[in-house]
Amino acid sequence: MSQAEFYQRDRERHPPALTPDYKTSVARSPRNALISLQQSVSEITGPVFGHNDIDPIDNDLIHNYAKAGESAIGERIIVHGRVLDENGRPVAGTLVEAWQANAGGRYRHKKDTYLAPIDPNFGGCGRTITDENGYYFFRTVKPGAYPWRNWVNNWRPAHIHMSIFGTSFSQRLITQCYFEGDPLIAKCPIVKTIPTQDGIDSLVAALDLNATIPLDSIAYKFDIVLRGRRSTLFENRLEGN
Amino acid sequence: MAQNLDYLKETPSQTAGPYVHIGLAPGAAGFDIYRSELGWDIAGPNAAGERIRVEGVVIDGTGNPVKDVLIEAWQANASGVYAHPESECDVEDGFRGWGRVITDFETGEWGFDTVKPGPVKARRKLGTGPLHEPANAGGDWLGRADEAHEDMAPHINLWIVARGINIGLNTRVYFDDEAEANAKDPVLNLIEWQNRRPTLIAKRSERDGKVVYRFDIRLQGENETVFFDI
Repeated sequence: MSQAEFYQRDRERHPPALTPDYKTSVARSPRNALISLQQSVSEITGPVFGHNDIDPIDNDLIHNYAKAGESAIGERIIVHGRVLDENGRPVAGTLVEAWQANAGGRYRHKKDTYLAPIDPNFGGCGRTITDENGYYFFRTVKPGAYPWRNWVNNWRPAHIHMSIFGTSFSQRLITQCYFEGDPLIAKCPIVKTIPTQDGIDSLVAALDLNATIPLDSIAYKFDIVLRGRRSTLFENRLEGN
Repeated sequence: MAQNLDYLKETPSQTAGPYVHIGLAPGAAGFDIYRSELGWDIAGPNAAGERIRVEGVVIDGTGNPVKDVLIEAWQANASGVYAHPESECDVEDGFRGWGRVITDFETGEWGFDTVKPGPVKARRKLGTGPLHEPANAGGDWLGRADEAHEDMAPHINLWIVARGINIGLNTRVYFDDEAEANAKDPVLNLIEWQNRRPTLIAKRSERDGKVVYRFDIRLQGENETVFFDI
């Protein structure tokens, strides 16, 4: 086994557990400090997924829940990008899962009762596996903003939830993809749990006219960075390269 | 000024939110979309070892169950081997060692079936030089232990996400019938406060002839579970 560990997570890049303006965090945040571990085999390894786990249609949210010949309602978009590590290397063959509200801001979930209608042709989830260059894409509709009770008049900016594995349990990450130009981003208490503007900007997908499908779908580019791995001298040769 | 190191920065975490099930367990959200959902079978049919169930509830700082939590488990097989391409030997066909579990939306109870993992071998010491002698378990008063290079007691790694959790919480399940191995476990021994170590030890019982381990997770307050920065 290659024994190299992953770079320490920069906790100043991530939201702290307790962020009182996002009220739900108050009772769900540990008060004791995390115990910092050197990585053992338990942290360096992680689950592996393959193309037999998913179907090709799974990354097309416009069609993967639609009746034959129909499609989801909303602004048709491509969300695409690369999964990289902190060394700038592509993370190939890793599972990316996405979920989102429909174009009206309604989730298909038994615990969502927002008055915007369910789209009968939109499920709201997709998944894909990155190619050898770490590249992935989803085809979907742009999700709508929706109200939520944090303060009474909070509105979530349009967003797509993303779940990424990498190759190690220590790289496991869930984040949210926002969209360039949305005025709700700067007002969102969940966005503002992130301590730096640079960190917030890294979650805003850029309009990417080069990747549109002409006369069909507009495109946004969203790159994802997972923790990088050390290169360490072991038995007189470099590991992890 | 100095040169730029040119590393990229990790993408920041955001909460999984209340509707995490849509993406990761759509059946629980109330609809059927994929040919198969991932993470429902951790061990598969061929895995050796004792069949067990691990169950519990996640409790918030007010003492109430967290009903919208999602937990992922990552474990070795009964021989202490992870299903990973870098492992030195193979695992049983169908053993993935990874699973996903959600709660009953009314009670917050969760549980998963698996096999009990075996002890996990230490990582080899990196670098050149003579064979490494591990530091004392638990280390000194500055935490200078070497827990990554000692064998570990059987355990299951958990990752916990939910609305209100800004970045996934990592913890470990150990087993109360492994007292001898637990006493030597380098990670348990790294926890300076001995009275917090039992928060990581699941309690064994039998129900209808099945082995069940109870592992409640307290996010905050009295007996707060130990969480790790891995």
